[in-house]
Amino acid sequence: MRGAKSAKWVAGAAIIALAATACGGNDSDSGKDMNSGKADPNGILTAQLGEPQNPLQPANAKESQGSRVLRTIFSGLVDYEPGTGKLTYVNAESVTPNADSSVWTVKLKPGWKFHDGTTVTSKSFVDSWNWSANVKNNQTNSSWFQDIKGYEDVHPAKGAPKADKMSGLKIVDDNTFTISLTGPVSYFAYKLGYDVWAPLPESFFKDPAAAGQKPIGNGPYKFVSWDHKKLIKVRKFDGYQGPNKAKNGGIDFKNYTTADAAYSDLRSNNLDWIEQIPTTSLTSYKQDLGDRAIDAEYSAVQSIVPAFYTKQFKNIDPKVIQGLSMAIDRDTITKTVLHGTRTPADSFVARGVIGYKPGALGDIVKYDPAKAKKLIKDGGGVPGNKISIQFNADQSHKPWVDAVCNSIRKATGVECTGDSKPDFQADLNARDNKQVKSMYRGGWVLDYPVNSNFMRDLYGTTAAGNTSGYSNKEFDALAAKADKAKTLDETVKMYQDAEQLLKNDMPAIPLWFYKVNSGQSTNVFGKIVYGQDGDPIFTDVQVKAKK
Amino acid sequence: MGRYVARRLLQMIPVFIGTTLIIFLMVHILPGDPIRAMWGDKAADPAQVASLRHEFGLDQPLWKQYIDYMGNLFQGDFGKTFGGREVIDEMSESFPVTLRLTAVAMLIEIIVGIGLGAWAGLRAGKAADTGVLIFTLIVISIPVFVLGFLARFVLADQLGWVAPNVQDSTDYAQLFLPGFVLAMLSMAYVARLTRTTFAENLRADYMRTAMAKGLPRRRIIGVHLLRNSLIPVVTFLGTDVGGFIGGAVVTEGIFNVQGVGNLLFKALQQREGSTIVGVVTVFVLVILVINLLVDLLYAVLDPRIRYA
Repeated sequence: MRGAKSAKWVAGAAIIALAATACGGNDSDSGKDMNSGKADPNGILTAQLGEPQNPLQPANAKESQGSRVLRTIFSGLVDYEPGTGKLTYVNAESVTPNADSSVWTVKLKPGWKFHDGTTVTSKSFVDSWNWSANVKNNQTNSSWFQDIKGYEDVHPAKGAPKADKMSGLKIVDDNTFTISLTGPVSYFAYKLGYDVWAPLPESFFKDPAAAGQKPIGNGPYKFVSWDHKKLIKVRKFDGYQGPNKAKNGGIDFKNYTTADAAYSDLRSNNLDWIEQIPTTSLTSYKQDLGDRAIDAEYSAVQSIVPAFYTKQFKNIDPKVIQGLSMAIDRDTITKTVLHGTRTPADSFVARGVIGYKPGALGDIVKYDPAKAKKLIKDGGGVPGNKISIQFNADQSHKPWVDAVCNSIRKATGVECTGDSKPDFQADLNARDNKQVKSMYRGGWVLDYPVNSNFMRDLYGTTAAGNTSGYSNKEFDALAAKADKAKTLDETVKMYQDAEQLLKNDMPAIPLWFYKVNSGQSTNVFGKIVYGQDGDPIFTDVQVKAKK
Repeated sequence: MGRYVARRLLQMIPVFIGTTLIIFLMVHILPGDPIRAMWGDKAADPAQVASLRHEFGLDQPLWKQYIDYMGNLFQGDFGKTFGGREVIDEMSESFPVTLRLTAVAMLIEIIVGIGLGAWAGLRAGKAADTGVLIFTLIVISIPVFVLGFLARFVLADQLGWVAPNVQDSTDYAQLFLPGFVLAMLSMAYVARLTRTTFAENLRADYMRTAMAKGLPRRRIIGVHLLRNSLIPVVTFLGTDVGGFIGGAVVTEGIFNVQGVGNLLFKALQQREGSTIVGVVTVFVLVILVINLLVDLLYAVLDPRIRYA
């Protein structure tokens, strides 16, 4: 088989597998032997990855591709337990708040090293954050630092920065520093799990652009090479002291032009993990892959959002929106049109996030045409008796938008059409400029696993993620109070109360939660475990030893 | 001849400026902001968006952006991608790949297309001719992506003769499958065109003369007939190079070839003006030069044509 000749950079195991599939090509062996043989601690895993949009700098990964690599190269202070969302310490010994959660003290585990041998100290973190927050340095995630005192000095709304340090960051000693916030945020430690909070070595600041091409981190893997649009190699870092030491020898991130191309490579064992089963194979992949098929939920939600600045929704009675929500047959649509790639949403907050309450929205997300009709009637009807849902046509949203519309039309008689924009840029442009005619498609993937992220950051009057013009003073007050709570538990509890408030107000109609539909090759030992963001926990993936 | 070439080269300048301007305007007139779109569904920070827009010169008026861009272009600077890479680097990585793929496709197209066409043309009206006609019509009527998936399904997944994807685009053997799929459609056209000209020229006066002179059949067909019949075919092949580069967008996507088609597709998705205009500029240059070469080839093929 010709493929084997050029597979010199694929783990040798793949070559054997190739030879095995060369005859016939019927590779739908079930995963029965997933746990046969033993794992090779130095085996190399190949995983799919698109070209990262930006250089590999911790605060510059706005999309999942860059962030997937960065998370292997850099370790943050904290991480989350998959499934529960509980906080775990990685590079931090402890992260402790003061009485009102406005000043946080971080203690590092001493003796950590960057891949270039230099020591990770408080300065590595503070310098990194100051540099990343600086508007001049054009890091796409710079606004993540806005809770910190002095953020406006390095990141003014207009003009050049007045300082290059945030006053809120103070180094106490080599392994201790404090963070003063502009106000109390009881779950601040949870935010610290995001990529942007990674430390940077001295060498980074000498030439940030070069460092973006050859990142040096403190994570479980060290960066080896980046052959643009083809391959990114990372290898196990032997000096790593964190709890999440790599159980494999390294990862080759391979770039594929399409999901179909990646899928056929997965089936011929040229690739061990793909990011998403192509739409064309969604109906057959479970037969193709058997136990090696992956179908797991992650914390992201898709909604349709009324544009509250339009004449139509300006003074709407929330009952009407509740009615529209009850006119959508989520169960059937997720099963048929979406091939089971989503699960019906029952709350504003996605599952796997702390504070998610099953059935928080009760009947409002249940399909009930009679009740839907009644609610709309009681609320005074839909102005114009007609809605449209704006979406971007460059991704496959049209099928479900049409299905939702059909469901609404059938159940209530309200006319509903899709309002397609040619691409995502045009779609966002209409949203940002408040030009949406009626409703639009909204999506949200978690930033950190606390329910506030799915409410305050989307429906707060001044929240940057709020593009629908929704505003509820009562909710804002409740959110502010919740952020000041003494403990995280209290905060979460108050946000759960706030969710009930939103239920009566309906700032959006949650439709469904996202799922990862993926697969693994026969080279992987055991089943891959996923994190809440829908990506594998790469350090835990084991590769089979060659026979 | 020299004067003709010089005139043609001068004519290229307005064509070149016109096309780049149109593409540039098209990319920039679309609604939406590529920088803002980096944030996706998440909220974008206006200060950071403004700072990035400034870095890429997107805050300048459109005419100034174009003039700056062209000015840099003449110094060989194609600008930067949003990811901070030089567009020229991206292009020098992907153009050779597509050129290799195009060369493979060209070769397949010339050998199979002209072969089939000549075979059918010499047997005009017989079963072989009808067979080739049916085959080419089928190929013409199937969309490229269907052909691609079919070819992969049969040759790679079912028979296991070839790898399903291109793993290494410097390996010509691996480029055979995508090259074959890319060539199929044009190959059918070349076969039809060759067949028609062959059949027509067979009845031409000079053929009768050659036969009457008692020239050997091999020489009649190989020299007199072939050379005259190839004029329209060469024209078609020339225009086809441009078609191949365009068609590569689909084929490269199917077979995981990281070439220009793919570069352009990704750049369009991200609205990366500098990359799009850069790639199209090179396309335009390539097509203009090839058109000139085709016209000059006429003179070689047909002694009746002389360029003053």
